[in-house]
Amino acid sequence: MTEVQELVRSLTDRHGRTRESLLPILQGVVAKESYLSDTVMTEIAKQLDISAAQVFGTATFYSFLDTEPRGKYVIRICKTITCDMHGKRQIAKAIEDLLKIKAGETTTNKKFTLLEANCLGWCHEAPAMLINDTPYTKLTPEKVLEILTDYMQNK
Amino acid sequence: MNIPEKQLKRVDLIFAETEVYETLEIAFKRDKQEVLNEILESGLRGRGGAGFPTGLKWKFTAEQPSEEKYVICNADEGEPGTFKDREILTRVPLKVLGGMAICGHIIGAKEGYLYLRGEYRYLVAHLDTYLNSFNDWLKKHGIDFTIYIRMGSGAYICGEESALFESMEGKRGEPRNKPPYPTVAGFRNKPTVINNVETLVYATVICKYGASLFKNLGTFDSRGSKVFSVSGDTPVAGIYELDFGMTVERFVEEFGDGDTKAVQVGGASGFCVPRKKFKETIIGFEGVPTGGSMKLFNSSRSMYNVLHNYLDFFHEESCGQCTPCRIGCQQLLHGIEAVKKGEKSTAYLITLLKLAETMKIASKCGLGQSVGNSFKSIVENFKEEMIY
Repeated sequence: MTEVQELVRSLTDRHGRTRESLLPILQGVVAKESYLSDTVMTEIAKQLDISAAQVFGTATFYSFLDTEPRGKYVIRICKTITCDMHGKRQIAKAIEDLLKIKAGETTTNKKFTLLEANCLGWCHEAPAMLINDTPYTKLTPEKVLEILTDYMQNK
Repeated sequence: MNIPEKQLKRVDLIFAETEVYETLEIAFKRDKQEVLNEILESGLRGRGGAGFPTGLKWKFTAEQPSEEKYVICNADEGEPGTFKDREILTRVPLKVLGGMAICGHIIGAKEGYLYLRGEYRYLVAHLDTYLNSFNDWLKKHGIDFTIYIRMGSGAYICGEESALFESMEGKRGEPRNKPPYPTVAGFRNKPTVINNVETLVYATVICKYGASLFKNLGTFDSRGSKVFSVSGDTPVAGIYELDFGMTVERFVEEFGDGDTKAVQVGGASGFCVPRKKFKETIIGFEGVPTGGSMKLFNSSRSMYNVLHNYLDFFHEESCGQCTPCRIGCQQLLHGIEAVKKGEKSTAYLITLLKLAETMKIASKCGLGQSVGNSFKSIVENFKEEMIY
């Protein structure tokens, strides 16, 4: 069995092989691999006995189910109004300058991807961002550098 | 008749410590109809924003003959400016689960699902601890009801109930045609009650203290209290539970920074209230309804930027299934950009207002239908800012 087959098998064992299992399976792959490759999606289709188009169609609907390669850490900066009003642009610039990437891009060492996201639900502590599942709030350019330096050195 | 104006009053029902297990023990011993009557009597309406009477939703589902029914907690809190459900799930998760179990008991459901937005995945471990002991407790007490968590993956539209069912069924989160309504055919096409997080907590509170405590708060149309998420230009951003039905003026007195020019009530899909209308506008179902999102803007802010941000949001979050919403969101966004740049005359705003009106009539679900709320209220009240 290939690595991909094994990964999908472990997820289908856990979540089942019905259409309802599709979303938890896709989420499981993204949690492990950061994104959904064509190979993974084809394998899921095979194991759930549905068409690959259905898997692809479902995956591309959800913004957290990426179908392009992503870094180990996906940074999502909130761009909705309150965060925007409270310095989102400066935060984005600080990250762009540090990691030398723009929104939508991944660092060459595949460690970080920078993305923008819609309201993350932290407006009272704006500006906010997620690094994978972890929220960081009340950001300042200095604070963001500190957080990312920690990720660069220790994770 | 002149109804005296509501003063701003803080309330402490949602976050107050409540003996949930004790409340459940009493509720399960009572006659189901009696408990349902309590919810009906309280006047509780859905706290997600739409405001459907909760008791009726439960009653309609209870009346369905199906053997298989579901209770779903909608924790897909995606409306810009709302963050109270996250706080509720963090601080009083048992009260949410309690509300689900009471509902399950009344309608005759054996399974409940908490649909949590992907942005809140960090909460799962915390919720699991409570969930496991809660499910164990139910089993020990011979109650055939189990709650599971399902995750969203970053799609605003999945807060729309039928889109949420589609998502839970492993599909694209595209809203269904209504009717049939969820009370008849919801999750897995079975009768389903779907309630907002806050609504379920109030159900627990009402079971604990009775309908009258709740009913005596608020106004005739907006009974009880409401949790507000306050953000924007305010020195005291945060979460506040307030007596329902105050005017925007009272609200601004308490939460404004002294220079508030507009309040966006109900998030991107809600209404913009300009300063001149603060006095006459009631926050509630009789005035401007809200799921709790309250954003304050002071005179340093450009309302063009606010509207642009909202339209950019809708343009991205429209599921693309129906044409009025898919194309409409895009054209409203491009339209205000063109007016701002001078590529289109100011009269074009009237064309855009007509488009927003068409979207309200022709869109399939609440997303497309409510884009016009913020569009119309911002464009009409801040026309100069759209042009210059």
